[in-house]
Amino acid sequence: MSSLELLTWARGPALQAALVIFIIGMLIRVLEILLLGRKTDLTRARAGQMGPGLRTIFSRSLPVSGTWKQHLSGYLWHIGFIVVLLFYAPHIQLFKQGFNIAWPALPTSLIDIITIVTMAALVFSLSLRFTDPVRRMLSTVGDYFSWLVTFLPVATGYMAFHNVGPDYTLVLALHIMSVNLLLVVFPFTKLSHAITFLFSRWYNGANAGRKGVRV
Amino acid sequence: MSESVDRAVNAMKEQIDAPIASYFSSCVHCGICADACLFYTETGDPQYTPIHKLDLMKRVWEREYTFAGRIKKWLGLSRNITENDLTKWETLVYDSCTLCGRCSLYCPVGNDIVTMVRKMREAMAASGHAPEGLQQASKRAIEIGSPMGVTLKTLEAQIKHAEKEAGMEVPLDKQGVDYLMLLSSAEIAQFNEIIPAVTRIFHEAGVSWTLSSEAFEGTNSGIQIGSSDIAAELIQRIVDGAQKLKVKYVISPECGHAYTALRWEGPNLIGKPYPFEVVHIIELLDQLRTQGKLKLEGKDETRQTFHDPCQMVRRGGVMEQPRNLMNMVATDFVEMTEHSLMGWCCGGGGGVSANERAEPLRRKVFSKKREQLEEIGVERIVTACSNCRNMLEEGLEDNNMDEIEVVGLSEWLAEYLVTSSPRAAGDDS
Repeated sequence: MSSLELLTWARGPALQAALVIFIIGMLIRVLEILLLGRKTDLTRARAGQMGPGLRTIFSRSLPVSGTWKQHLSGYLWHIGFIVVLLFYAPHIQLFKQGFNIAWPALPTSLIDIITIVTMAALVFSLSLRFTDPVRRMLSTVGDYFSWLVTFLPVATGYMAFHNVGPDYTLVLALHIMSVNLLLVVFPFTKLSHAITFLFSRWYNGANAGRKGVRV
Repeated sequence: MSESVDRAVNAMKEQIDAPIASYFSSCVHCGICADACLFYTETGDPQYTPIHKLDLMKRVWEREYTFAGRIKKWLGLSRNITENDLTKWETLVYDSCTLCGRCSLYCPVGNDIVTMVRKMREAMAASGHAPEGLQQASKRAIEIGSPMGVTLKTLEAQIKHAEKEAGMEVPLDKQGVDYLMLLSSAEIAQFNEIIPAVTRIFHEAGVSWTLSSEAFEGTNSGIQIGSSDIAAELIQRIVDGAQKLKVKYVISPECGHAYTALRWEGPNLIGKPYPFEVVHIIELLDQLRTQGKLKLEGKDETRQTFHDPCQMVRRGGVMEQPRNLMNMVATDFVEMTEHSLMGWCCGGGGGVSANERAEPLRRKVFSKKREQLEEIGVERIVTACSNCRNMLEEGLEDNNMDEIEVVGLSEWLAEYLVTSSPRAAGDDS
């Protein structure tokens, strides 16, 4: 298989299959939660739960006082990852081809800097897993695997952008393959928190809200 | 699998619902919850990371309720829970968690970790892996009616004493009144000044109330050990007592877990809503304040602070009320740097104080409170939970800080009460 054939396959049938697995997988993940249900709370509520639940979905994005340092690398790579995914011109092209929607891109020089920051933050997060006693104890094989499949698309994308490697087409194909891998494993690893955090934050906020505790 | 492991796993399965599944699904092992927990911050020991305390339950959830986990189970790759695991986690779940719920505010994905620990205790209790002290307390609660072994006779003696001190009758088993007042074991046995204090306050405010000879104990050790069955039986006794007297309200005493048990778990435990409303004593006093029925006089210039009982404030929603009340008379009321929602636990809540094995650890982690108090330099700590009060007194003594006075909010307020009748005023001699 030539590099071009691999690229064609990666962004054709392979990407489509990965998207299907991602969507079905995430659906399973959400159903796994919702189908368990919860008992009706018979206590007399002090306040409603909908408002506080929804507010917590947003408010919990802010660190509680004094913990911003622990959050910093997380913020940097999450924001960086999303910005590069959504505002890099070739990515927008893909969205245009796939869904016929487009929006203005950020300058590539800025995307370049953001990519470097994202990779640095990811590497820093990984180093914490090795050095910080709490994170070392909590870390599982799944955590390292999740880190790897998140890091690969960023790293291969950076390589493609800078024409690193002998064959641009091959690097691009590997970039897309790494994205496919991310999509496939997404629902079956902790990466699914990208969707399930909506539920966990809502339940926590709603529970506190009905007690009249503003969290 | 041994029988006790079986019981633990089954109990965990019963406890896992949609919120729990969403919490485990969302955890990214970031470890930020460790910084919320005084057992970690004061010891630096990573095993006290809150989410780690739920590891066994996470294993059960993964294996039984997730697609990936089921495949792993089918392939024989799941890690089973062993008797040794239960023994190890027993100390993590009971000795190094006060159910204070600070971790639930720190988690970036919003995991309500303390709710999970409470549920995890159900599995530990069901499998016989609960600390001796809590087992004994629960046994006494069921057999004698009080975890500390306080009986009606003790209460009657305290009532007599209180009547003498307040100079008025303390109502017992009075039918058709509005409020039934509960007490905690510690309030009957140790901090009994609360009885004359509320008697005087209610008299002046015109609150019709009573104590009950059948339902006087608010402490609920079933909640602390994690046995819904025991907790439900203790709640049912209160419900029966309240119904017999036909009251409209039941007053939760200054006791954190009594409030959680009665207000936020009770109806779910017995499976039906109450025919009355539950109000915390501090909530009621604040209502009386807004209605102008709580009349206080005099100003207290002592430099003082309020220690937030976790179950009443962070887990219960009674946060502003104690501050409103304190500000009625205190002119030098200072807050600890982290207070209210972010307040630090006394270290002995959630049954930790009833667990002898945990005592050295509990005394060690008091360093957080010591640090907070040293920072603001107060002469008095006011609180509204008899367990916190006990822990604070003990901790201050341990740290040679016992020049700081510890008082309960209700009785402290009673000292400033405007008294209309000369009989009621003659109690201070």
